[in-house]
Amino acid sequence: MHAMILAGGLSHERDVSIRSGRRVHDALRGSLDRVSLQDVDTELIPSLRFGGVDVVWPLLHGASGEDGSLQALLELVGVPYVGTTSKSARVAWNKAVAKAVLGRSGISTPDYVTLPQSLFREVGAEHVLDLIVARFELPVVVKPARGGSALGISVVHKREDLARAMVHCFAYGDTALVERAVEGIEVAMSVLGTGDDARALPGVEVVVDGEYDYDARYNPGRCEYFAPARLTDEQSRIASETALLVHRTMDLRDVSRVDMILDSEGRAQVIDINVAPGMTETSLLPQAAEAAGLDLPTVYRELVETAAARGPVTAT
Amino acid sequence: MTEPTPTPREGTRLDPWYGSYAQRAHQMRASEIRALFAVASRPEVVSLAGGMPFIGGLPLEELGEMTRRIIVEQGEVALQYGSGQGDESLREKILDVMALEGIQAHPDDVVVTTGSQQALDLVTTVFIDPGDVIVAEAPSYVGALGVFRAHEADVVHVPMDAEGLIPEALEQTLARLKAAGKRVKFLYTVPNFHNPGGVTLTLERRPRILEICASYGVLVLEDNPYGLLGFDRDPLPAMRSMSPEGVIYLGSFSKTFAPGYRVGWAVAPHAVREKLVLASEAAILSPSNASQMAIATYLEHFDWQGQIKKFQVQYRERRDAMISSLGEHIPEASWNVPDGGFYVWVKLPEGLDAKSMLPRAVTARVAYVAGSAFYIDGSGTDHMRLSYCFPTPDRIREGVRRLATVVDSELETVRIFGNPGGAREGTVDFPAPDIF
Repeated sequence: MHAMILAGGLSHERDVSIRSGRRVHDALRGSLDRVSLQDVDTELIPSLRFGGVDVVWPLLHGASGEDGSLQALLELVGVPYVGTTSKSARVAWNKAVAKAVLGRSGISTPDYVTLPQSLFREVGAEHVLDLIVARFELPVVVKPARGGSALGISVVHKREDLARAMVHCFAYGDTALVERAVEGIEVAMSVLGTGDDARALPGVEVVVDGEYDYDARYNPGRCEYFAPARLTDEQSRIASETALLVHRTMDLRDVSRVDMILDSEGRAQVIDINVAPGMTETSLLPQAAEAAGLDLPTVYRELVETAAARGPVTAT
Repeated sequence: MTEPTPTPREGTRLDPWYGSYAQRAHQMRASEIRALFAVASRPEVVSLAGGMPFIGGLPLEELGEMTRRIIVEQGEVALQYGSGQGDESLREKILDVMALEGIQAHPDDVVVTTGSQQALDLVTTVFIDPGDVIVAEAPSYVGALGVFRAHEADVVHVPMDAEGLIPEALEQTLARLKAAGKRVKFLYTVPNFHNPGGVTLTLERRPRILEICASYGVLVLEDNPYGLLGFDRDPLPAMRSMSPEGVIYLGSFSKTFAPGYRVGWAVAPHAVREKLVLASEAAILSPSNASQMAIATYLEHFDWQGQIKKFQVQYRERRDAMISSLGEHIPEASWNVPDGGFYVWVKLPEGLDAKSMLPRAVTARVAYVAGSAFYIDGSGTDHMRLSYCFPTPDRIREGVRRLATVVDSELETVRIFGNPGGAREGTVDFPAPDIF
């Protein structure tokens, strides 16, 4: 079997994607007939069509990798692939839409508002920023409505820092998502499988020294991880059930990571959904798999084999 | 199906040696900015970031044959360890290169290094204890700041103007530091076609700077990778030529020939040179014989001065493309017009922050280096460095056109939010090597 790992791309998260791709590529090498690593460039479609590729694993983070467009391309080519379909990825990618879908299924997410830059121009930035503070109180989390890898994220504790956080965020995209910062235990729940066969891996608890940003996320040291998370049985049950409910509600396939905060009232508040979770040396899904006693190369091989056996997504 | 709850264990910081690092290593961290540069290597992106010379302008076929002959005919020397001070025949030829800038020296005065970057590291190792002061231009070469930071030096910037480092400002700074009881070990300066400032220290100012440093007992570290790459006139005399005992001179083949060989050199007063050789042997044993022999052969058998003239013509054409595009597309910014070297130092319109604007630039498929990389404290975010050395003139024009759209949209954001003060402070960028 020839599995092609797609990594790189032109998004802001290219660096993380390349690191994820190399990790998965190296883990799969030796257990399949052939594993290749491919960037998303002009070579891609000829390689897919004429390169004898049996299955693709898209590991692109950020736009085109997680917004469903790359998956749509793979569907057009008619090649099986690991991960969520283009249709579901498109819904999960837009944080505001995803929050609405989750809300209808009774899944809690922090109070939020999405605000395009144009709105601030039209009605006056200071008025909007005042409203944000009045509505949510501080601290709030400001992040691009589309995107990941902690890029463009700020946690704002003081009113005077809010404008700077908005400028930082709008450098990454034209719409900001502002949400109430929830206090509690931050847990990343990885899910493997699809539908009724999906299972949640042990949670990975993330404790950050200082602010959660790119520096904390990708430099070992500033984050302390507990895998499995230091949860009571009840908290563990809630976290796992929530992650599985998100995975199924959003119609996610094969692999996902649901980031959540377990608040003081015992609720799980979902803060992010990843359809192409990071697979780097500091990423959370590999830590969860290890905590579950799973062998990563075996997990990856099973994902690839399942996708290959399932065949391509047919047009709907 | 849900996994049974396993027993919690202790936390991990994903690095078992986290508690063992030297204090200085904790600030060596991959930054958001560095991650963004991953995109700059893609052909879709016009990179105005890298200080990479135009290697395509070299006679690659002939150099290939030269390399083949070195290995086939002298391989037993080329692939063996060499002298810690460097190959003597290369050191002799380096004298010919330096003579173009008025430096008289003996081959024994020259220490060959793995790029002048290693010479920077050696000089800093030999002179700097943690907390010692290094005075440097504002802005200053990012690679030097990295070395100084790693040695825990206290870097104090001194402003420049269109004529280079300002003598009065230098004198005031040295007087202030002396009054504060600070020990200044050396002045670090790039006098010709400054990186990133693009300016050249005038002939008139050179003796004045040397006098001021001598009167305060401060050594001068003259870093000169670009001196032979002037567009309109012969090179100015090196500061070393005016004060052999007060100046350590650093030279490089990286910008005038090819950085891939990693060959540079230092010329230092006798006693200093001895220490540099010992420090270099401790660090790397010896520089690469194969690289040194390639450079010596190139200097012996190729028209290296003719090649430099070709580079001058090519770089001037690229500079002209950049300057005319800036005038056409981003007239609200301001910049110098360098008469040599690789860089234009651009001051952004009021309120813009080059560092926080970079993600937008990456989206628009253009890259530059934010000014903050060139200040020890991460200030200078109102500037950016644009390099014209590597892209073709057409690509430069396209890159500046894209940059103009980025500036426009960032201006729009700043108009909406006022001037909120730019990117968060307190983070230090470690740029990738190809931007130097």
